[in-house]
Amino acid sequence: MPTRHPPGTVLVLVGTTKGAFILSSSAERGEWTVDGPHFPGQSVYAVAYDERGGRTRTLMASWSNHWGSTIRLSDDDGATWTGPERQAVRFPESSGLALAQVWQIAPGYADEPGVVWAGVEPAALFKSSDGGESWAAVDGLLQHEHRPRWMPGGGGLCLHTIVRDPVNRDRMGIAISTAGFYRTDDGGATWQARNQGVRAVFLPNKYPEFGQCVHKVVSHPARPERLFLQNHWGLYRSDNWGDDWQDIANGVPSDFGFAMQMHPHDPDTVYIVPIQSDEFRVVPDARMRVYRTRDAGASWHALTDGLPQHDAFECVLRDAMAADACERAGLYVGTRGGKVFASADEGDSWRTIADALPPVCCVKTAVVGAR
Amino acid sequence: MTVSLRLPHALVPYARGSSTLAVEAPCATVGEALATVAARWPAVTDRILTEQGVVRRHVNVFVGNESIRFLDGLATPLSHGDTITIVAAVSGG
Repeated sequence: MPTRHPPGTVLVLVGTTKGAFILSSSAERGEWTVDGPHFPGQSVYAVAYDERGGRTRTLMASWSNHWGSTIRLSDDDGATWTGPERQAVRFPESSGLALAQVWQIAPGYADEPGVVWAGVEPAALFKSSDGGESWAAVDGLLQHEHRPRWMPGGGGLCLHTIVRDPVNRDRMGIAISTAGFYRTDDGGATWQARNQGVRAVFLPNKYPEFGQCVHKVVSHPARPERLFLQNHWGLYRSDNWGDDWQDIANGVPSDFGFAMQMHPHDPDTVYIVPIQSDEFRVVPDARMRVYRTRDAGASWHALTDGLPQHDAFECVLRDAMAADACERAGLYVGTRGGKVFASADEGDSWRTIADALPPVCCVKTAVVGAR
Repeated sequence: MTVSLRLPHALVPYARGSSTLAVEAPCATVGEALATVAARWPAVTDRILTEQGVVRRHVNVFVGNESIRFLDGLATPLSHGDTITIVAAVSGG
């Protein structure tokens, strides 16, 4: 049974196809303890750590191939898990939809500690106002006129990304595979497709209003109007909250990929893991390389120190890269080969902190007591 | 009328440790029996049926020795003394 983590502990929450693991270390991030699996045998595609409102809550979405998906809660660092026995994320009967998977859990603003968002499959956004215990679908997106024409990607029709604006609270972005990027400016009542300039290589019309297979979108609180987007072929930046997008695939071996991570302190620094192609989903040349831009996409440079540079047939999924909030930011990358690579120096050098986990679906971090 | 609902190990915790539930109510079909169970044990039926009332894809429901997929689904009729068995399908990876 895990012990409660002291303040300053760095946590790396890893969801895999066979359960979740909580890796913990001191702020130096030298030695790591692996706790798990939680929910053995079940897939965990979404995790979050929430210290708002005086509690310390870990949220994980566990999915059983047989019995469905449930968001589980722990207020004691994973020692015990609670959560409603009923399936709390439920589509209204009138929708005709049934929950397949929870893909994203995102706590709300600091001063609204009850609010948590969830992105799910089939594509929909749910909101909780009680810390994740009960949920309701955001009707404006559920009823969207484009919905009948959204098509599932390889992972299903999933809403996997939630982007919030730290200033304008009525504004939020979401990404759906395969529908593209959508934005609301009225608190979720209405949503507009914001995909101008983003390619859809798999459609006859390469630049449709919607239908793109957006894999991940990130932004930095210091520059909320600027978004970075990893597409199913394509790497983009928007300087106007998605109104239009520019190609920034400058010097990468492939602009196909899934994962994308913002530097926690520098709005010009972003990390990606290029993938060979949609037909061969491994890192190019079997060399594990994280790419970093420090100039908002004008140039990208490979980070390789400590990462395997031959026979590395690895793939990194869309939510399997994360950064911690330490003063010198740490980076964490989980692979489908069950490895977790970590850097304590913003990506300059790496080491393997977990070597043989089940295939990694998602990685999130927290620094205990940082909030 | 009484029918029995036999649960797999994974669902027993949702029935407070019971592996067999007695359904003592007029229920002409499997769907009606599960609705009766849902009234007392909603966490059990949540794992068997989606929120749209459809049997989950990798869950098998048997009446006696026959899967309801090859009978009339949730409309499969029941008789007094029947046993409904919930089985996790052979699937996974």
